[in-house]
Amino acid sequence: MQSLAGYSPAFLKELYRKMVLIRRFEERAAELRSLGYIPGFLHPYIGQEAVAVGACAALGSHDYITSTHRGHGHILARGGDPRYMYAELFARRDGYNRAKGGSLHIANIELGIIGANGIVGGGIPIAVGAGLALKQARQLGSRHPDDPRARRADGVAVTFFGDGASNQGAFHESLNLAALWRLPVIFICENNLYGEFTPQHKHQTIRDIATRASSYAVPGLIADGNDVLDVYRVVSKAAEDARKGRGPTLVECKTYRQRGHYEGDMGQYRPAEEVAFWLEADPIKNYRRLLLSGKLCSEDELKALDQAVEQELEEAIAFAKASPHPAPEEALEDVFVESHGGRALL
Amino acid sequence: MRATSKAEQERRLTYAQAIREALAEEMERDPSLLLLGEDIGEPGGVFGVTQGLLQRFGAERVLDTPISEEAVIGTALGAALLGVPTVAEIMFSDFATLAMDQIVNQAAKFRYMTGGRTSAPLVIRMVTGTAGATAAQHSQSLEAWFTATPGLKVVTASTPADAKGLLKSAIRDPDPVLFFEHKLLYNSRGAVPAEEYLIPLGEGRVMREGHDVTLVAYLYMVPRALKVAEELAREGISVEVWDPRTLVPFDREGLRRSLEKTGRLVIVHEAPRRNGFGAELAAIAAEEFFSLLKAPIKRVCGMNTPMPYAPELEQFVIPDEARIAAGVREVMRSALGSTSGGC
Repeated sequence: MQSLAGYSPAFLKELYRKMVLIRRFEERAAELRSLGYIPGFLHPYIGQEAVAVGACAALGSHDYITSTHRGHGHILARGGDPRYMYAELFARRDGYNRAKGGSLHIANIELGIIGANGIVGGGIPIAVGAGLALKQARQLGSRHPDDPRARRADGVAVTFFGDGASNQGAFHESLNLAALWRLPVIFICENNLYGEFTPQHKHQTIRDIATRASSYAVPGLIADGNDVLDVYRVVSKAAEDARKGRGPTLVECKTYRQRGHYEGDMGQYRPAEEVAFWLEADPIKNYRRLLLSGKLCSEDELKALDQAVEQELEEAIAFAKASPHPAPEEALEDVFVESHGGRALL
Repeated sequence: MRATSKAEQERRLTYAQAIREALAEEMERDPSLLLLGEDIGEPGGVFGVTQGLLQRFGAERVLDTPISEEAVIGTALGAALLGVPTVAEIMFSDFATLAMDQIVNQAAKFRYMTGGRTSAPLVIRMVTGTAGATAAQHSQSLEAWFTATPGLKVVTASTPADAKGLLKSAIRDPDPVLFFEHKLLYNSRGAVPAEEYLIPLGEGRVMREGHDVTLVAYLYMVPRALKVAEELAREGISVEVWDPRTLVPFDREGLRRSLEKTGRLVIVHEAPRRNGFGAELAAIAAEEFFSLLKAPIKRVCGMNTPMPYAPELEQFVIPDEARIAAGVREVMRSALGSTSGGC
């Protein structure tokens, strides 16, 4: 565990609040799905909250992320609004994607969220493209200072993916390309020890995915993915390098998926002692203990934060429940831009 | 199209030059536009299409990539999603198979999946068709695959002027466009207006007027169809050659106008017959324009084989002038109610 020295209480409390928000968002989503409010898949992020929160705490307003099928945590950490997220999960019109995407595709470019992704590894090359656009913004700014795209000249792109995705060609092609062009991209591998139902030792020969960085001559760093401050520290270093034009970093965050691959998978293929070990290493429980031991806040203050999260989620759920269902014909909209009627063309 | 001026008659460019000119003009117009592809920079492209662009616009905008099609297309898409229009080249459209996730699952669907809240101004230049003895992995005509993926626009230009005007429109289009360029057209010449022009996506073009039969062709089959029309004119058959120019969006009205004149339809393409774009065209004609038809529809297409290497085998597989002419004659002899053979 990290020392709390050097961090403001407000910053430390916000990390806690965000992690609780993600945990409770996911727990409520699972309940709501069992009650029939959510027609599609859910891949809960429970247990990995410190990765999304620690990483996104290192980002600014000109930065972008790509996420995964297990994306709710990244989206909330990046500023996603639970109201529009639940509305999307409920397949209602007020959802981030107007009920066209669901859990796997939530995106909001204005918030820097290029999207969750239903394809394992699918977001990684897209983040490299974001990195290219951000690098170009620096060049554009020197020649065309009035171009609004030049404003994001200090931006970085972060791509989250799992241990499973580290075996995809997209990962290797992307890391090579980003390294070659020294793009401001941070590759964050959340090694939660399982690629869907398959444990890491059955899908790759290495334990430390960070070692794959050496094949592309980029730094490969390991963070304790259950320690929000360690993730923050490591990703901040990678972001500083990226912003200074030193190119990409591969950050491996060691963590654990406390639940099954998706809601409904009981995860019974996992040894009981392994699950017990990682439940003991729960990122929120331990961070809470650290905050209290550091006398940075009282039990009552944390309880108040917990209650504020409950209230926010309660309101978000009510908002989603009240949101209208889409009209069937809306299925034909948004295939193309409005100049073609936006509708399905032959 | 506009009336032909003296300047146009004087300015004849190759298809490759016309594409290069479109790229250069759009790069001048939009200082953020990027080109990505394997060997497009210093070497100027395997077919020379991008020659001189690196020297003119710099290595920051004309980017030579590793041989990593998935990352190249994903990178182009990511830049496009951040508002940086990007043109990526797939050196042989066969290699698009290595980028199918990024084309089909990602680029095609981003606008839709996000409820219309994202836009991907991305063009993928797909170098397509046979170049002569290029065999099974460097010759395919895969355009129909992509027309079967909603969210992608598909352009198939057959002349230098069309290639230039359509590519400029494709680059300015806020959606992903697959721009198919046929290898055997790169050195073909044609008049290209000197002043700036755009050709909107979704407008076909009558390449030769006729009144007996509509011969629909695109890409390299257009010059072949025109030769056949010339030959059949001597037999007294008046062939209208119609080029849809874009397969998605497709100019239904243009097809209807031609069928109103001719009442007969022959479709020719290099791609294999089975589920080629001709199948969709024939279905449109049968479902929507049946009352205009005087004879059964005929498709003259590539054989349902991989592309063979030997020139005599390749020639057998791709529709040649004799086979196209035979198809037209057959339609001229038949009437609705009689049967038509396949090929």
